[in-house]
Amino acid sequence: MLLIFLVVVAIAIIRMKNLFAVVMLTGIYGLLSASFLVVMDAVDVAFTEAAVGAGISTLLMLVVISMTGHRERTTRHKPLLALLVVTITGGLLIYGTLDMPYFGSADAPIHNHVASRYINDSMQEIGVPNIVTSVLASYRAFDTFGEVVVIFTAGIGVLALLSIAHRPEDGDKTGSFNDSLNEQHLIVRIVSKILIPFILLFALYVQFHGDYGPGGGFQAGVIFASAIILYSMLFGLNIARKVINQPFIQFISAIGVLLYGSVGLASILSGGNFFDYNVLSNDHITGQHLGILLIELGVGCTVASVMIIIFFNFAGRREMQQKNEREHNKNQELS
Amino acid sequence: MDIIITISSGLCLFIGSFLCVSGGIGILRFPDFYTRMHAAAVTDTLGTGMILVGLMLLSPDLLIFAKLVMILLLTLLIGPTTSHVLAKAAWYNGLTPKFSSNVIDQKKNKETTSSNP
Amino acid sequence: MLVAATIAILVAMFLAIIRGIAGPTFYDRILAVNMFGTKTVLLISLLGFVMGRPEFLDIAIVYALINFISVIGVLRHSNINELKHKPVIEESIEKEP
Repeated sequence: MLLIFLVVVAIAIIRMKNLFAVVMLTGIYGLLSASFLVVMDAVDVAFTEAAVGAGISTLLMLVVISMTGHRERTTRHKPLLALLVVTITGGLLIYGTLDMPYFGSADAPIHNHVASRYINDSMQEIGVPNIVTSVLASYRAFDTFGEVVVIFTAGIGVLALLSIAHRPEDGDKTGSFNDSLNEQHLIVRIVSKILIPFILLFALYVQFHGDYGPGGGFQAGVIFASAIILYSMLFGLNIARKVINQPFIQFISAIGVLLYGSVGLASILSGGNFFDYNVLSNDHITGQHLGILLIELGVGCTVASVMIIIFFNFAGRREMQQKNEREHNKNQELS
Repeated sequence: MDIIITISSGLCLFIGSFLCVSGGIGILRFPDFYTRMHAAAVTDTLGTGMILVGLMLLSPDLLIFAKLVMILLLTLLIGPTTSHVLAKAAWYNGLTPKFSSNVIDQKKNKETTSSNP
Repeated sequence: MLVAATIAILVAMFLAIIRGIAGPTFYDRILAVNMFGTKTVLLISLLGFVMGRPEFLDIAIVYALINFISVIGVLRHSNINELKHKPVIEESIEKEP
């Protein structure tokens, strides 16, 4: 049933030419995916999809299309060659999967050997009730390290391409203009002042509760970043930059990755393998708990700070573009 | 005692889902944006409240009850704020209601009163 | 009873999608997304009870907050010309930017 909704929304996204409506429908698509994952009983993934796909992605795309145009250019030629290539590649891929066992069949190798070992032995070896966290943070810690480094590299890429030098005296002039706009939004500001401490506290709850329920570092970082983004949207970008200044955030994102790597190095220096948490303490269950706690903290720091860096840079660039447009209009009126 | 709890939670769930479906029909059939927003916001908030009260009566232990109370408080706080922000943005960008004849005088009065700091 | 409530919420979500695809103005689409989000919170809570897993309530809280932040974000970054409407009688009104 939900799959039919997904197909309908996807077709509507492709056919529509107005990018603003497309962004809205992308939000709905992210929500439908999260509901679908909930129906399939995959709680952690639904959590991450709800936070990232329906929240942060929609906000960032809106900032982007408010800078570029909002009409999609119609293509002049019919893309027949591309259609042919896609059809042949898709056909070959489907033909390749006909050999594999059916989706969810009970005698597939992954269900016999890999998953059963995780499910049977996870409680004795690691002692954490949430098996997803134990697989992500302990059995496959090296893959998660790669993911954190990828997120950090994305943040560095945005900083290298899009950052503008921020001069303080421009900040004061645009600050007063933003304040006069923000007087209209009094009710929302008061309600957000009530909500933002709750959201930050909930992010900390999700971070440290990842062992026992759905959660973990990634989701907590995204929720933390979205609270800061809400603050900066309602109170102006300059005040938000004063609250959380740019060098501090860059420092925090580097600290996250370093924390993750140094847990691995500490376990090498204590005599085990890389990311082997059993040697971090006397009792191996305590060692596993300590290791998982530290690396989830590192993941949460990096994800939150990279999201904040990306949003501040996009929004800063947009404000600069708006300021240039305003000066351009003013010069046109004067001349 | 169990029967009373089950029947009352069933009643709350029924009222809540009826309100939600009628809100969905309203958002399709009403003629104008402002009327549609009435349909969406009012029925959403009350329908959510009813369904959550119905679930609260069925909850097995205290932690789930506390989380449901938290969701209810959040929805009561967020729902009206969102519709207020949406209506204010639509009004300031010039979207006028469909069936009003003297809306321009109202808008002019509103502009002179809102330009005072 | 819970299953009947879940089906009712699914029907309401489908009606909201129809309005989201075919809304004439953009405010209609924003309203449809907001309503869809509130119904998703309810759907996740109900599914948590139906399938016997009360951990879904954390997702419901996150989703309610993300819905709020998304709608506020849309309205802050949307000074696009297509959201402005010309008034019906055009003689005596100055547009404020």
